Amino acid sequence: MRVFVYATPLFPLASLPLARLATTRLHPRHTTWLLSLAAVVLAATSCGALGLVAIAALVRIPTLAHLAHLSHRVIATGDSTSGAIATIAGILFGAALLATATFTIARTRSLAAAFGHARALPGAASLVITQDQAADAYTIPGNPGRIVVSTGMLDALDTPARRALLAHEHAHLHGHHYLYATAARLAAAANPLVRPLAAAVEYALERWADEHAADTVGDRHQVAAAIATAAIAAKHTRARPSPTLALGAVFSRTSTPRLDDAGPVPRRVAALLAPAPRTSLPILAAGLVVIALAGLFALEAANDLQDLLSLAHVAARR
Amino acid sequence: MAALRKPQRNKAPRRASGALESAVLAVLWEAGQPLSATDVRERLLAHDGGSADLAYTTVVTILTRLHEKNALYRQREGRAYRYAPVADEAGLAARRLSALLDATADRNAVLSSFVNDLSDADEQLLRALLGARTHGTSHPARG
Repeated sequence: MRVFVYATPLFPLASLPLARLATTRLHPRHTTWLLSLAAVVLAATSCGALGLVAIAALVRIPTLAHLAHLSHRVIATGDSTSGAIATIAGILFGAALLATATFTIARTRSLAAAFGHARALPGAASLVITQDQAADAYTIPGNPGRIVVSTGMLDALDTPARRALLAHEHAHLHGHHYLYATAARLAAAANPLVRPLAAAVEYALERWADEHAADTVGDRHQVAAAIATAAIAAKHTRARPSPTLALGAVFSRTSTPRLDDAGPVPRRVAALLAPAPRTSLPILAAGLVVIALAGLFALEAANDLQDLLSLAHVAARR
Repeated sequence: MAALRKPQRNKAPRRASGALESAVLAVLWEAGQPLSATDVRERLLAHDGGSADLAYTTVVTILTRLHEKNALYRQREGRAYRYAPVADEAGLAARRLSALLDATADRNAVLSSFVNDLSDADEQLLRALLGARTHGTSHPARG
C-alpha cells in the first residue's frame, strides 16, 4: 500500500517537463486537450492520495477505529504511517480542499459577471463594436458569448488583419475555450505543482485560436502581422500604463530581447512565422501514459486502503 | 429595490422626464465608472442646486427605464445596482463598459484578449520579427 499512496503525489512533478514538451511538440489543439486533462487528473489523484494517507492515519487512533467499527488490531498490522507524515498529508489535503472551494466560488462569480456582461451588451450580434480610441479586442464567455472590438483596434488593422482577429476570437467563442482554462486553473488551485500545466493550457488556447485564424485566412504570416500590429497598437493607445509593464521594462533593459524569455505575444508571432505545427505522436502518447499511470496508482492506493478497512471491519464484527 | 410609490412630480410633462434622462446619462458618462442611484442623485444635485427636491425613487425610476431601453448596463452590488452607460449609439469607451467587469472579476481570468500586455522588450522583439519577415529572413531572434 505504501508504494502507491506515496508515489501518487509525486506525479505532478512531471508538470513542468510535460508542459514544455507538449507546448513545443504538439498542435496547440492537442496541447490544450492533453494538458488540461493532465492538470485535472494529476491534481485530483495527488490530492486524493494525501487524503488516503490522512484517513489511514486517522483510523489508527483507537477511539476513531472503535467508532467506525473497525478492528484496531487489524489496522495496526496493516499500516505504519508516521504521525508527522500523516499530519502533513492531512493539512495539505485540507488546504487543497479549501483552495479548491475558494477558487470555485471566485471563478463562478467572475463567469457569472461575464455572462451577465455578454447578455447586457447592446444588439444581438456576436460582435460588439465600441467607440474607443484605445485598441482593444476580447471575447466574453456567455450564452451566447460576445466579441468586443474597439474602433481604435479596427483603425489599427487592415482588412486581412481584421479577418484574422475575428477568426481568432470566433475560435475562442465556438470552442468554449474558457472551460479548458477554468478546469486547468481549478486543478492548479488544488495543487500548485500543476501550475505550469495551467499556464501552458492558457498559452495553448491562444495558439489554437491563432492556428484557427491562420486556417481561415489562409496565410500564417498575415495572422502573425495582425497580432503584432494589434499588440503594438494596444500598447500605444492604452490609457493607463500597467505597473507590471513598467517592471518588465526595468528588468529587460539590461539585455537584448530573446524569444525564450519573451512574453506570449512575440512567441505567438514567432510560432506563426514558423511552419504549421504538427503533433508528435510519441510525445502525445507519453503524456497520456503519465496521466494513465497517475490514475492507476491512485486507484491502487484507494483499493489498498479499502481492502484494509474491509478486513478491519469484518474482524471487528467477529 | 425600494417600492416605487408614484410621486406627484411624475405627472410633470414627458419632456421634463426626457431631460432628466439625458442629465442622468450625462452624469454617468462624466463619471467614467459605474454609479449607484444614490451617487447619481448626489451628482445631479451638485450640478444644479435648483432641483434639490429630486426624489431618490425618481432617479431609480429613470435608471431602471434607461436600463430597460438597453442604454445602461447594470450590475448588482450589495442591495443596490450600479449603472454604466452602454456603448454603441452613445459611443462609450470600451474600458468604461468593462469597468464593471473589472470591478467584480479578474478580467484576465475570464476574458480572452486578442493580445496581452506588451513589455518594451516584447515590442522590440516584435518589430524585429516583422522586420525580418519583410526583409526575407525567417528567424532573426532565435538564440
